[in-house]
Amino acid sequence: MTESPDAARSSTPGNGRVDLPRRSEFRADDRGLADAAGSWKSAYIHIPFCSHRCPYCDFAIVDESQANEVDRQRYVDAVISEIAMEDPFGSLDSVNFGGGTPSLLTSDQLEQILNALKGRFTLTTGVEISIEVNPEDMDQRAIEGLVGRGFTRLSIGAQSFDGQVLGVLGREHGVGVAQDVAVEARSAGFESVGIDLIYGHPSESARSWRATVEQAIALPVDHISTYALTVERGTTLSRDVLAGAPAPDPDDQADRYEMFCDLAGNAGFARYEVSNHARPGHVCVYNLSTWSHGEYLGFGLGAHDHRRGERSRNHQRLDRYLEDIEGGIRPRIGSETLSVSDQERDRFMLGVRLAAGVALTPFATAFASSERGKRLIDAGIVDIESDRLVVTHPMLTDAVAREALSVSVGDC
Amino acid sequence: MDQSRIRNFSIIAHIDHGKSTLADRLLERTGAISERDMRAQLLDEMDLERERGITIKANAVRIDYEAQDGFEYQLNIIDTPGHVDFSYEVSRSLEACEGALLLVDASQGVEAQTLANAYMAIESGLEVIPVVNKIDLPAADPDAVAEELVGILGGSVDDVVRVSAKAGTGIEELLEVVIEKLPEPQGKVDSPLRALVFDSYYDTYRGVVALVRVVDGVMREGDVIRLMASGEDLVVAEVGVRRPAIEPTGRLGAGEAGYVITGVKDIDLIRVGDTVTHAENPAVDALAGYAEPKPMVFSGLFPTDGDDFERLREALDKLRLNDSSLVYTPETSRALGFGFRVGFLGLLHMEIVRERLEREYDLDLVATAPSVEYVANLADGTSSVVQSPQDLPDAAIRQSIEEPYVKVMIITPAEYIGTVMELVQSKRGEMGEMNYLSTERVELHYLMPLSEIVFDFFDLLKSRTRGYASMDYEPDSYRESDLVRVDILLNSQTVDAFSTIVHRDRANTYGKLMVKKLRELIPRQLFDVPIQAAIGSRIISRETVKAKRKDVTAKCYGGDITRKRKLLERQKEGKKRMKMVGSVEVPQEAFVAALKIGDD
Repeated sequence: MTESPDAARSSTPGNGRVDLPRRSEFRADDRGLADAAGSWKSAYIHIPFCSHRCPYCDFAIVDESQANEVDRQRYVDAVISEIAMEDPFGSLDSVNFGGGTPSLLTSDQLEQILNALKGRFTLTTGVEISIEVNPEDMDQRAIEGLVGRGFTRLSIGAQSFDGQVLGVLGREHGVGVAQDVAVEARSAGFESVGIDLIYGHPSESARSWRATVEQAIALPVDHISTYALTVERGTTLSRDVLAGAPAPDPDDQADRYEMFCDLAGNAGFARYEVSNHARPGHVCVYNLSTWSHGEYLGFGLGAHDHRRGERSRNHQRLDRYLEDIEGGIRPRIGSETLSVSDQERDRFMLGVRLAAGVALTPFATAFASSERGKRLIDAGIVDIESDRLVVTHPMLTDAVAREALSVSVGDC
Repeated sequence: MDQSRIRNFSIIAHIDHGKSTLADRLLERTGAISERDMRAQLLDEMDLERERGITIKANAVRIDYEAQDGFEYQLNIIDTPGHVDFSYEVSRSLEACEGALLLVDASQGVEAQTLANAYMAIESGLEVIPVVNKIDLPAADPDAVAEELVGILGGSVDDVVRVSAKAGTGIEELLEVVIEKLPEPQGKVDSPLRALVFDSYYDTYRGVVALVRVVDGVMREGDVIRLMASGEDLVVAEVGVRRPAIEPTGRLGAGEAGYVITGVKDIDLIRVGDTVTHAENPAVDALAGYAEPKPMVFSGLFPTDGDDFERLREALDKLRLNDSSLVYTPETSRALGFGFRVGFLGLLHMEIVRERLEREYDLDLVATAPSVEYVANLADGTSSVVQSPQDLPDAAIRQSIEEPYVKVMIITPAEYIGTVMELVQSKRGEMGEMNYLSTERVELHYLMPLSEIVFDFFDLLKSRTRGYASMDYEPDSYRESDLVRVDILLNSQTVDAFSTIVHRDRANTYGKLMVKKLRELIPRQLFDVPIQAAIGSRIISRETVKAKRKDVTAKCYGGDITRKRKLLERQKEGKKRMKMVGSVEVPQEAFVAALKIGDD
C-alpha cells in the first residue's frame, strides 16, 4: 500500500463509522462493503479545463480559447481558497480529481490543491487519491509526478481503441497512446489503474466495440468504466441528431453492454455498479461511496456537495465562481435540504445501481410489496434476496428507480 | 320601428373566408363601435371561437345605418355557426332572417359547407346576395368566383358584390345593396306575439339569455311569456339589443331581433327553435321547424385520474348550461374506469367539447374513438340501440345490425373526381348526382354510412385533394349492414375501450392496421406486450411491443444527485399521463388510434 502523505491518520474508533478496509478486501458484490461505503467521506475537485469541447459533452468546462495558463493558476488558487472556507467535515476516505481534464494542470498545481486539503482535513489511512487523465497529456514524467505526489489511482480516458470512433467522439489522442499510458502507469506504481470507455456511437460497429473491449481487458488495468453515449441537450451531438444524424440506438447499446459484461467478466472484472467493473481489490472508493449515498465535498466550478441532509452546488460560470471566491464568499448557487425520508429515497435511487443492491429499508420494502414492485419482481428485473433488493438488469435501473419513486410509502 | 326600415340578414361563409372580419367592418362603418374599441372578430366571443376563427354560437348585433336615400335603417346581423355540426342552429338563425350574404373568398371559391348553407337559405325563402371577399389578394380570381356564384344562385355577374373586408373596400356599396335588395320583414304588428328563439346561452349573473326574432306582435319588459314547445310561462325581466354591448330597449317589436332575459337558469326551458308567445292571448300556431337536437357521434370520455370523475360530471353539467345539444350518461369501462358516454352533433362539436373540458376545467381526459348509434335487431324480435361498441349484443342472439347513413355533398376541383370516387367507394359510399359548378369545379353527391365519415374520411379527403375538396353531410336513414365488432387485446386481455364496429369486409384490414398503429403508439415497457385483434374468439392479427432493454443514465455528473432525481421525477410525471390498462401503460392518443390508421 502506498504510504499516505504525512497528515494522513486513522479515523477515531468508536464514532459509529466503519473504517476504510484494506482495499485488497474489496469485492464487487460485497454487501457489507456497499453499506459501509455509505459512511465514507470524499472530496471531489473539478478541473474544468479542456483543450476543446467534445461533441457529446455538456459538463461545466472551459476550453483553451477561454483560459490560458495564467487563468489556470488563478483557478487553482481559487479552489485552494474554497477549501480553506469549508467547514469541518471529518476524515477523507477518498479524493478525486475530475473534469474537464485534470491532467491539464501541472503536478505542482495538483500538489498545491492536495496540500490545501491536507491542511484543512485529515486523510484516512489508506486514502484513495484518484485523477482522470487524457492519454495525450501523460508522458512518463507526468505519470511519475502523480505517483510521487501521492496519487493512488489513475483513470485513463481512452474512450475507444478504434481510431474512427475516437474521431467522431472528438478525441485527440491516437490509437495506442492510452495503452502505453496504462502500461507505464502500472510500472510507475499506481495501486489501481483504470480506463474509461464510451460505447454506442451510431458509427461504432459491434465488431469495433468487441475489438476495443478485447484490447482493454488485455491491458494491465484493474478497473474499467463503460459509459453509454448519451445525447445531452445543447451539445453538438444533439444538434446533429436534431438535424437528422442517426441517434444512438438503445438496443444496440444494450447489446454492447452485454457484450462488455461477458468479455470483462470472463477476464476477471466484476460489475459493482452499472457503469463500473473492477478486479477484486480495485473497486473505486469514490465511486462506491457516491452510489452508496456517502457524503462528499465538491470544490471548483459546478461542483456539488452532499453533507448529511443537505445538497448544495457551485456556480457553473467561471467568472461568477472566481468573483465569489475572490470576494471571500462561498461560490454557491443553490442547495436543498433533505428530510429523513428524502434521504432514504435517494439512498434507494442511488443504491439500486450497485451490484450489491440496497438493504430492505422501509422504502425498499414498500416498493417491493407494491403492485409496481411485484410486476418487476415477476418480470425478473428485480430480485429480493434474503435482506436485499437487487436490480438484475442493470440497463433498466432508471426504470426501476422511476417505478419506486411512483410508489409512496403510504401505498404499502 | 317601421318594418320597412328593418333588414335582418345573416352571413354565410366558409371558415376563413372572412365572415367575422366583414361583420367587424360593418359595425365599424356604421359607427356601432369606435375603432379604438375594435377587437378583431368581435362577434366571436368564446376563446375557442377566436382561436379557430369559427363561430360556434349564433349572435345578433343591431347597427343603425343612414342610407343614401336619407333614411335611417336598423340592420340586424344574425351571425350563424359556420360548421356542418351545427346545421340545426344554422337553420334556426336563417329562419330569423329575410336575407343572407353568401360570402366567398376570391382565391378559394365556393366550399361544400357554404353551398349547403346557401341551399338551406334558398329553401327557407331568403334573398341571397352573393359577395366575393378578399379581392385584393394576389391569388384572387374574383371573376371566376363570381361566375361560380351565378351558376349556383342565378342572376348575372353584375349582381355579385366585390369587397375586401380587411381593407374596407366595397363596404358602402354592400350596405346599399342590402337596403335595396333584401326584403323588409312582413310581420303582423297587431297579431298575438310570436318570436323565434334562434339561440340561447347561459350567463353566470343573469341566467339564460335567449336570442329572439320577433315575427308578429310586441314583447315588452314585464310581459308574461310562454314557450310553446316546453309549455313554460316566464316573466320578461329585460329585453334589448346588442350593439354589440347589451342595451336594454324595454320592447322588441315585429321584425326586430334582440335578446330576452327571464332569470331562468335552466337552458332546457328555452330551447333553440321554440316559439315565444304571451301567456295571455297566446298565438294559435307556433312558428315552424322546432326539433330536438340529435347527437350523431358518440365517444367515451374518461378522466386519466379516476379521482376526477366527479369533476368531469360537474364540468359537463356546466358546459350543458350553454349547450343543450350535449348529452351524456355514465359509462363504465374495465380498461378506463368510470366516465361518460357523450353524444355530440358531429366531430367538430366533439373536439370542441373535449378541448373546453380540458382547458377550462383543467381535466386530463382519455377519449375513445368516435362511434355512431347502431340498432341491433335481436332474434327474439326486439331491438336495442347501441351507442358504444362494447354494448353490441352477442352474435349468437343478434339477427342484424342497422347503421345510420348520411347524404354527403363534396365539392372538388374536377381533376380530383377520380380520387374522390375511389375514396368514397373504399368507404362504402354510393354515388348520387354530380353537377358541374364551373368547368373546373364539381359538386358530387353520395350516400354513405356515417361511421365511415366519423373515422378519418374528412382528413383523407383533404389530404388526397391537396386540401381543395370540401364536404358537408346531413342525416338520411338507417340501413342494415354486415357489421362485426373487432376487439383488441393487450397482454391477452380484451380492452373494451378499443372495441370498434366495422364492416365485415374490412374487419381484417382494420384489425391489422389497428394493431400496427398501436404497436407504434404504445411505448416499450419493461416486458413484452402482445397486441392482438380479434373477432369473437378468432385472432385476426398480432404484433408485439418488445420489452425495453436500456433505461439508465451512464453516470451522474459531478455528484449532481438533485438533477438526476429531478430527471427521474419528470419522466415519472410523463408516465402519469398514461393510462394503466392491466399492467400495460397506454398513452392517451392510443385510444383514438382508430382515427389515425389511415395516415399511412
